[in-house]
Amino acid sequence: MLAGELGPGVRKAMEIVTALGRIYGANRLVPVSSVQVAGVSYKNLGDAGLEFLSEWADQGARVRVPTTLNPAGMDLVRWRVLGFDEAFAQRQQAVVEAFARMGVTTTCTCTPYLVGNRPQPGDHVAWAESSAISFANSVLGARTNREGGPSALAAAIIGRTAAYGLHLDENRRATLRVEVRCPVRSPADLGALGYLVGKAARNRVPFYEGLEISGEDELKALGAAMAASGAVALYHVAGVTPEALAGADVLAPGAERLVIEDLSPGYSALSQLEIGTLSPHGQEKIDLVWIGCPHASLAEIEQVVTLLDGRRVRSALWITVARAVREQAARRGLMAAVEACGGQVVADTCVVVAPVRELGFRSMATPSAKGAYYGPTHAGLAVRYGSLARCVQAAVEGTWPGSS
Amino acid sequence: MAGIELIGRVIKAGQAEGQALVSPEPIGFFGGVDPETGIVIEAGHPLEGRCVSGQVLVFPTGKGSTVGSYILYRLKRNGVAPVALINAESEPIVAVGAIISDIPMVDQIEIGQIATGDRVEIREGEVRIQPLQGAGPRRQR
Repeated sequence: MLAGELGPGVRKAMEIVTALGRIYGANRLVPVSSVQVAGVSYKNLGDAGLEFLSEWADQGARVRVPTTLNPAGMDLVRWRVLGFDEAFAQRQQAVVEAFARMGVTTTCTCTPYLVGNRPQPGDHVAWAESSAISFANSVLGARTNREGGPSALAAAIIGRTAAYGLHLDENRRATLRVEVRCPVRSPADLGALGYLVGKAARNRVPFYEGLEISGEDELKALGAAMAASGAVALYHVAGVTPEALAGADVLAPGAERLVIEDLSPGYSALSQLEIGTLSPHGQEKIDLVWIGCPHASLAEIEQVVTLLDGRRVRSALWITVARAVREQAARRGLMAAVEACGGQVVADTCVVVAPVRELGFRSMATPSAKGAYYGPTHAGLAVRYGSLARCVQAAVEGTWPGSS
Repeated sequence: MAGIELIGRVIKAGQAEGQALVSPEPIGFFGGVDPETGIVIEAGHPLEGRCVSGQVLVFPTGKGSTVGSYILYRLKRNGVAPVALINAESEPIVAVGAIISDIPMVDQIEIGQIATGDRVEIREGEVRIQPLQGAGPRRQR
């Protein structure tokens, strides 16, 4: 392949994978069962990325394994209704088209595991997108390093990746033992906890003891927070995650200990920037309430509908999801229920990768620690972080509850 | 004049020659280098205001967003890319950028041996340095 007998597109992919292997001291390649590609939003790629992807497709590069896509810069179907610019939309469509020509399934979600790309325990995969990487490693027990856009795509094109880092048993053991001494009552608490642990862990592998978890949505929130504030690609929860359940030796010898006694520093760090615009009663004005970072599950949409209880929203309300999840929501009447309250179920994109300032948004409330973490730097928004109930209330009132 | 020869690890094979532009600090290409002009725009960076175009760009390692790979590609397309990259220790963002942009790259080089303005020639893993001035104390081994 390096000699180029399969064409320049394949040779380039092989060069990328082998160079990474060289940098990290891998001595072999392993087959991957699936790939998740990041670097899809035209907002981040620009013309350079678009040109590169089109050229790669023109050179005949085609993926050899099931490959899904990260969120794009807009809802690929309903972009006009949501106010996206025509020129932006054309470029974004061209990016997605280039991926499609390479045989990529254009799902455009950070939760590919909710829409069919769900590796088996022990599978080697090449995934990009920090929260998806964390979920694949920690919750599904698959094995991936933190891939970038081109390196994930390169692995898809040759169907293999270099065996280093988290592909190897010895690097998957926990190196940070986390002891939580305060109550963790809600998914937002888990997000604040994840924020604090991620910051302390950097790229280490945390192991939680005595943490009660009630399902995949909670693990999704915890993992996404650690992957945003740190570079945590794998974590274990005693009695919950597969590798913690499987082996008594999940903890590496000499693992450091981290004690968390208070979540409030997490909450305050996640509510960044001044909100300049106040209501007549002196409350902070919220332009946008964002639920679905990582993309929401059907159960999470249901929770929002229950909390809305038919009330109309004053701020914009976006629930971002994978398109297949929106279709399920539509079939169950959940989408109509959200829309009847003035909210939107937005597919294919999210607030972090869409040009939301150009849509007029300046302040945002979200129950997602990852969304709150990236809101100021990636979307230019002042952010308030709180529980799902408080965020839905913010949408109904148009202001941040309790901020006067 | 006696030059210096160093051997590094090939990240992207190739040959190139040019003047060295040396940064003591890591470079993040996304938001750090203007893809249209090749000028370093990161506020407070030691190379702020310098142009990477046509230079052998020497820096310890990459940093920042993975979109940086595409910025290198865009520099190349715009004709303002460095002719070669030399790192002390390579990381994936710059390595992938060099590969997709076809810019020769070598790492595991003692970059303290190279000064801005030196004439540098790269052939695969071999790096030949022709110092701008006579050998100073910086180059003593």
